Amino acid sequence: MSKNEPVITLEHVTKRFGDVTAVNDISFTVGKGELFALLGPNGAGKSTTIKMLTTLLKPTEGHLTLAGHDVTRAQDSARKAFGIVFQDPSVDIEMTAYENMELHAALYGIKGRETRKRIQTLLELVELWDRKDAYVKQYSGGMKRRLEIARGLLHHPHVLFLDEPTLGLDTQTRALLWDYVKRLSHEEGMTVFFTTHYLEEAEAVADRIGIIDHGKLIALGTTKELTKETNTKTLEQAYLALTGRTVRDEEPGKGDEWRMRRRARMMR
Amino acid sequence: MRVIYTLWMRQLKRFFRAKSRMVGAIGQPLLFLVALGYGIGSIYAKAGQGNYLEFLVPGIMAQTVLFSAMFYGAMIMFDKQFGFLKETLVAPVSRFKIMFGGALGGATTATLQGTLVLLISLLLGFRPHNWLLVPVAILILGLLSIAIASFSSGIGSFVEDMQGFQAINQFLVFPLYFLSGALYPLQHVPRWLRIVAECNPMSYAVDAMRDVLIGQTHFGLAKDLIVLFVSVIALLAFGAYRFRHIQA
Repeated sequence: MSKNEPVITLEHVTKRFGDVTAVNDISFTVGKGELFALLGPNGAGKSTTIKMLTTLLKPTEGHLTLAGHDVTRAQDSARKAFGIVFQDPSVDIEMTAYENMELHAALYGIKGRETRKRIQTLLELVELWDRKDAYVKQYSGGMKRRLEIARGLLHHPHVLFLDEPTLGLDTQTRALLWDYVKRLSHEEGMTVFFTTHYLEEAEAVADRIGIIDHGKLIALGTTKELTKETNTKTLEQAYLALTGRTVRDEEPGKGDEWRMRRRARMMR
Repeated sequence: MRVIYTLWMRQLKRFFRAKSRMVGAIGQPLLFLVALGYGIGSIYAKAGQGNYLEFLVPGIMAQTVLFSAMFYGAMIMFDKQFGFLKETLVAPVSRFKIMFGGALGGATTATLQGTLVLLISLLLGFRPHNWLLVPVAILILGLLSIAIASFSSGIGSFVEDMQGFQAINQFLVFPLYFLSGALYPLQHVPRWLRIVAECNPMSYAVDAMRDVLIGQTHFGLAKDLIVLFVSVIALLAFGAYRFRHIQA
């Protein structure tokens, strides 16, 4: 199934919020160096799954590991093993890009000299080195996203989580962003776990795709396998065949309102 | 240590970069000192109570620290809204260090503002009865700042949005301030008010500073300091406990 030994494993993972079951008995693995896309309609359980994998939520039942560390029991080891680019910005906009990177280095215990070297390498990679001393509030949405990717890579994680990393970005920036990610994955053997609503992106980038709906994993495989299984031509057709055409409305909670407002601000 | 230092530094940097906060830090206490110090001062003197400005300065210092350190909770709300909180929550660092570093930063800026009030008071003619005790007054200010910054991080941890935080903040700050003996001596107030003030930890911080700066005390310095220490520990525990359960 996976390219190599598994780096991410989920075994019978369930998450319930009161009466609502957001994730329902999911099991799968993602291998080392693999680019894995988790797709699904709004409210299907994608974000909950990522939150559980990144220690922000505890599963109600089941078992998750990251690079061999139990996500619930060995939280700090698991946290060192991944980097994440959240769906919404999570940089401090009142500080400079360099300061944001420094702060991250301190949180992950990277030593002083090593810190400077890594920051320069990564900011050059995402083409922000010459803007390193500008406040992040002066950055465009795409620049912020690139900064977040650079920051997520600073502690050399085994796994990079990208939660809808290209939402709201123009085509050029999206292409650039996937180029970095693919390059890093190939060069460093880093596993990339991402979600997206752009199916052509998943088709172009992902080695394997998981489709989640109503909290259940309903399909898992390469684009070829999924199109064959559904007797369709593209991933988008396969996706619609599997999840149906009904529009899903996520109940917007307080967090979602913020998210929408924040996103509107970011796009300006 | 580096994590605490870095998060402490972040608060300081943000404070010194926000010009409006600097202006507010000087403007509001100055207004209180001038309006109350001179406005009520003459009646106070006529009533045979002595120099009101002198009496008022420790109260306004405590007020400045109260308002400013409570603002630290708002910083947590900003971090929630702008997403930075998540960056710290997925880091391989204990939640206590994150909370403590930030609260210490908020407490430091509050203490700086309180000290600034003391400097302004000197320009207005205030004189401490013993200059050697001024550092002790600043230390007391620092303890009060840590207590309040921890308290506000606890509140900021469970309140969902800025409006909610503001409402709770107003609801707590004004009683803590007005019912603390910051503005009036507690000897002559009605019994019920004295009981309320005696239950308010702020009263003891104000009283401690008054003792150290102008040699007047209501409770006695030993009792003041015991209450202050207990408040610091209790509120730090409250802040740490709530922050451990914070939802990004």
